[in-house]
Amino acid sequence: MSLLQIENLRVTFATETGPVEAVRGVSFSLGRERLGIVGESGSGKTITGRSVLRLIRPPGRIEADRMEFDGIDLLKASEKQMRALRGPRLAMVMQDPKYSLNPVMRIGAQLTEGLLRRDRISRAEARKKAIAALEAVQIRDPERVMEAWPHELSGGMGQRVMIAMMLIPEPDLLIADEPTSALDVTVQAEVLSILDGLVKSRGMGLIFISHDLRLVARFCDRVLVMYRGKIVEELAAHELMAAKHPYTQGLLNCLPRIGGPRAPLPGLDRTGAWANV
Amino acid sequence: MSALTLWLTDPNPASRRQARLGQAWLAWLRLRRNPLAMLGLFIIATLCLLAAAAPIFATQDPFVQNLAQRLLPPGTPGHWLGTDDFGRDIWSRIVYGARITLTIVALVAVTAPLIGLLIGTVAGYFGGWIDTVLMRITDIFLAFPKLILALALVAVLGPGIENAVLAIALTAWPPYARVARAETLTVRNSDYIAAVRLQGAGAGRIIWGHVVPMCLPSVIIRVTLDMAGVILIAAGLGFLGLGVQPPLPEWGLMISSGRKFLFEQWWVATMPGLAIFTVSLGFNLLGDGLRDVLDPRSAAR
Amino acid sequence: MSDLIEIEDLSVTFRAHGRAVHAVEGVSLRVPAKASFGLVGESGSGKSTILRAICGLAPISSGAIRIGGEKLKSPRDKAFAARVQMVFQDPYASLHPRHTIDRTLSEPLAIHGIGDTDARVMRALTDVGLPTAFRFRYPHQLSGGQRQRVAIARALMLEPEILLLDEPTSALDASVQAEVLNLLNRLRAERGLTFLMVSHDLAVIDHMCDRVLVMQNGRAVEELAREDLSHARMTTAYAQSLFAASADRMLDPAGKDAR
Repeated sequence: MSLLQIENLRVTFATETGPVEAVRGVSFSLGRERLGIVGESGSGKTITGRSVLRLIRPPGRIEADRMEFDGIDLLKASEKQMRALRGPRLAMVMQDPKYSLNPVMRIGAQLTEGLLRRDRISRAEARKKAIAALEAVQIRDPERVMEAWPHELSGGMGQRVMIAMMLIPEPDLLIADEPTSALDVTVQAEVLSILDGLVKSRGMGLIFISHDLRLVARFCDRVLVMYRGKIVEELAAHELMAAKHPYTQGLLNCLPRIGGPRAPLPGLDRTGAWANV
Repeated sequence: MSALTLWLTDPNPASRRQARLGQAWLAWLRLRRNPLAMLGLFIIATLCLLAAAAPIFATQDPFVQNLAQRLLPPGTPGHWLGTDDFGRDIWSRIVYGARITLTIVALVAVTAPLIGLLIGTVAGYFGGWIDTVLMRITDIFLAFPKLILALALVAVLGPGIENAVLAIALTAWPPYARVARAETLTVRNSDYIAAVRLQGAGAGRIIWGHVVPMCLPSVIIRVTLDMAGVILIAAGLGFLGLGVQPPLPEWGLMISSGRKFLFEQWWVATMPGLAIFTVSLGFNLLGDGLRDVLDPRSAAR
Repeated sequence: MSDLIEIEDLSVTFRAHGRAVHAVEGVSLRVPAKASFGLVGESGSGKSTILRAICGLAPISSGAIRIGGEKLKSPRDKAFAARVQMVFQDPYASLHPRHTIDRTLSEPLAIHGIGDTDARVMRALTDVGLPTAFRFRYPHQLSGGQRQRVAIARALMLEPEILLLDEPTSALDASVQAEVLNLLNRLRAERGLTFLMVSHDLAVIDHMCDRVLVMQNGRAVEELAREDLSHARMTTAYAQSLFAASADRMLDPAGKDAR
């Protein structure tokens, strides 16, 4: 069953020097699986993720032949309908928890805010749910974290809180935009395993946006490789290392490896015919 | 024209001057998209033109008194804004008054921000006791209402245009010092300051060459926004008889002398009032537009 | 035996909200001339603080740093600047946004009263692989990789012996990272530079450095030669866990090397 279907998505920004197309005809569909989107900065991967939630501000414009989430036409949905979708059904985790958490609200208040407002459940019940969510992301001391201010949390803790917050309403689709790139490698592994467990136990769809090919290969089921606003290659994650497209190959080859040769790293050759898509 | 714009928008300028002019051109393009800022710029430009070519625009001598023609209403042939209580042409006096207003504005706009920038950046850059001392002095100045402090200074120094400028400048710098200090605090710990410090640069070079350029935009914006206030304080001092002395056609002074006839001959006080209003509005609109242009965050796009 | 950089029992303590924060505690290391030494660790391990302490940007509470056998003067003088330079992590923050590339590169020359500015700036740009047409551009007209090249050129303007590299590629895309790392290696070979490099990426450190110091919570955990690192011959548990978490950095892309 397909959860999200996107056909020919285009995102254009009007700038001083004329319109700039950040996403140029992206099509994909997503079931209850882990889909990775990789690419370098400026490849349009983040904007693709944001346009699913219609979080593109003017002068940006979203166009698509089709953009459906679970039978709902996201292009035609009113702003009110979109607000009802964002959160309960579609959620997003951003790169840096420092900028995503409100610095002047305690963690507990931020976690329960949605529950109290939207679901109108009692304060005690909301608190119970929030604590359960924090436990789900393996925070050892949820009671203390509930009372903490965002600046008192480390990066890994902050990111886990963000994920917990997104997961409280039990969304059907989670878009994670570089959720681990601000984190240390050891913490990164923990956060990924939390996400993985949630996808498996709740049957949630996940779009995992990252610049790190090797991370995506390890973690996702399917990978889209984006370059300059287009999908240049789509493959199963375990086949990533056998990528055919010269761009994907170039991205893989230019990474240094532990125990690799000291020779200069092969650069990414952008002169091939593929580069001018 | 197109060759010039091409030269200005060249992504690879060949000289320092071309690079700077190119940046200015881009700023101008951004400013041009803001109609209100352009209106403000138009008002200020008109004021400058009036002041520079006052003898051409003025229809009469602003000092010649003609008691037979005193207090003529606007629309009288030869006196289209009317005359004041000595029969002097109000339009001509406003035109010549623009010179005085512009002198005051220009002198204050140069001195006060300079003092403020210097004190603010030094305090912010060094921190510690230097910061404490300089900022407490700033607080003392800030604690007085501007006009009262200017009044006190003029009372000590004696009335006159130079002393009015001095008094206004001495009361106007504290906000700039505050702005500059706040900006300096955010810039001080940035990597590019660390980099130049690592190259062995002294404090003077860092503050003047690297910190001040970062504070300049916000200070310039504040200056244009404050210019309206400066004109009003100058007018206020003139009104109270402590600024520019009669018979000079200073706008505040003109309002003050028209006060006696406000009900019967309203135009005597209203016309210079309208001039102050328009010019203040012009500076405010321009300042608002400059905020969008000069803000480094928007310029970075 | 005389090493170019000698750090002995270095501690750095910050005072934050009345509490003492021990950023670095009792770290010692020695880097011989023309070597490349790496510091790895996670955030908060104090690895960057060591570089900043060398430069006088962080307070040394105890211990000693010697460059070429001489104790450092405080504050650092111009002679120090001519010997030791630093490349920062974020190329978006390390270039003055209102100075042209030309100004950024000629500033160190002006400070040290070195003439021949034009030729030196042009040569510096060519050396780091930037077109000389970029000379009068502003940083916002350059990409991240180009900015980092400018930052490297700036660090080399005074022809220092030692380059301190604070995560110089972590803000860059993979392909740009490769270009910058190649550039750094080439410059080191050409000029006989000594590198002290900080990174969280074991693969980058392994590619660039001869010796590695693994750090955790401000303390040195283990010092390894490059061969020991790539063969996973570390003895401490922390270094092993760091290595294990970076295991995917060892993946061979599609066995391409076998072809």
